Amino acid sequence: MRKSLLDHLLDWTGRILLTAILGFVLLPFFVVAIASFNDGAILSFPPREWSLRWYANAFQYRDFGAGLVNSLKIAAFGATIALIAGAGFAYVLNRYDFRLKGVLNGILMSPLIIPNFTIGLGLLILSAAASLPRNLWLVVATHVIIVLPFVVRSVYVSLQNFERRYEQAAESLGGSPWHVLRTVTLPLLVPGLASGGLFAAILSFNEFTASLFVVNQSTQTLPVAMYNYVREYADPTLAAVSVLYVLAVAVILLVVHKFFRLEKVLNVE
Amino acid sequence: MTKRPFLGWFASPSILIAFGIAASFLAIVQYSFRANIPGALDPGGFTLENFTTLWKAVYGEAFLNTVLLCLWTALFTLLIGYPLAYAMVRARSARLRSAILLISLTPLFLGEIVRTYSWMIVLGNRGFLNAALMQMGLIDRPIPFMFTMTGVVIALVHFTLPIVVVMLAAALSHIDRNLERAATSLGAGRVRAFLTVTLPLSIPGIVAASSTAFAWTFSAFATPQMIGGGQVQTISTLVYQVGFASFNFPLAASLSLTGLLFTVAVLAIFNTGIRRLERIGGH
Repeated sequence: MRKSLLDHLLDWTGRILLTAILGFVLLPFFVVAIASFNDGAILSFPPREWSLRWYANAFQYRDFGAGLVNSLKIAAFGATIALIAGAGFAYVLNRYDFRLKGVLNGILMSPLIIPNFTIGLGLLILSAAASLPRNLWLVVATHVIIVLPFVVRSVYVSLQNFERRYEQAAESLGGSPWHVLRTVTLPLLVPGLASGGLFAAILSFNEFTASLFVVNQSTQTLPVAMYNYVREYADPTLAAVSVLYVLAVAVILLVVHKFFRLEKVLNVE
Repeated sequence: MTKRPFLGWFASPSILIAFGIAASFLAIVQYSFRANIPGALDPGGFTLENFTTLWKAVYGEAFLNTVLLCLWTALFTLLIGYPLAYAMVRARSARLRSAILLISLTPLFLGEIVRTYSWMIVLGNRGFLNAALMQMGLIDRPIPFMFTMTGVVIALVHFTLPIVVVMLAAALSHIDRNLERAATSLGAGRVRAFLTVTLPLSIPGIVAASSTAFAWTFSAFATPQMIGGGQVQTISTLVYQVGFASFNFPLAASLSLTGLLFTVAVLAIFNTGIRRLERIGGH
């Protein structure tokens, strides 16, 4: 069938629109990359001279290094705890009925609706009221609460697509419940667990708003350190940090995409 | 269901976490009814004063700003996100599909700070956008984007886009394409097939995506704080200010609580809307 003129027009309008939107999404990152090589201390376009001095500055500023270490620790602990708790809950949700299941589910999923600043404020007030120390574990707990719904969803989806007959076969061959869980159920769930854990770690690493409420000087995360820097200094050091950040996240995303396919992880296929 | 009751133990860590969430929520409710003692972190006796304070013009304005920001952002995110999701779902090559998905998701994985800072460089008086417009001779003086609603909305659309694209793509990919083919074979043009078949079928997805966009924008903090620069106050920026600049945690708590109840009310309205639309659609 030959395409009419109108069809061609539609195709081209679509292509131009798509390119423009993708350009809008990527524009700020291109601009920040150009700004990071600007020699001047004041951002201006186009840059007059180029240099790497803001990258050197970024590496020398101690709060970024300390923040990165804190963020990595918090993301690792937070994602692990959220993965264990979330996978356990998704399993129970899928296989077991008990009273108050709906209430428990509602409370655990509520961080999807409750704004992060409210969660941060609530935990700050709670820790003050219960005279708990404002240490790294408070930040970890905050992140666990925020990322848990995503883990539960990811594991729950893979449990729904789960072939129960493998478990039944193992049971009928005399496997004990624990044995079946360890040798059949868990290995089959690995993709769901991996994507849930990874997603949790990435979200936790990027979390800013709730963290701002619960951190102190010694537990500040990298996003909080970056925010504090912008408030104090106007130079392009943060542009350099942003470029490094973008590169690191892009590499992680490409690796995840290669092994798990993002379409699957996000359930948009 | 299952015959293995020991499985219930797997829920125990999450029960502990649920207690933590409930406790912190109760802490907010409790604090919002307590008097503030300046200079002390512990609150005073029970009072309703915090909620009467919220009637002041500053807070009313912040509420209005927040609602306007949420509505504008939801609208523009939909207008941009729909073609993106549509192109992604209908792309013939898997590579193009992956590329669209990866690019539209990058903002999600970069966190609020990197994104907002990047937008500050684009929107500043001597930033990229103004420099480009002046270079082209379109304007003589820089347009103020920073510290304005326009600037905040632009950055918030970027902030909300990924989640909207993912939700719309999920909705669009579940529409049976045969329906569209049937419409075309009966003589409808592509535009008409889209307007009379695909678009109506995706309405529940659109409503779900816009309610999520609304909730996301409501909870955004760094973007209105950094791009609004104190000129565009929202609930989130006020909560932080009241808490950390005036150390009035009871008032911050009541402000958060009111905001939360407001979000829940709006989402409930959206949800009723979805159900009504689904009934009309005959699902």
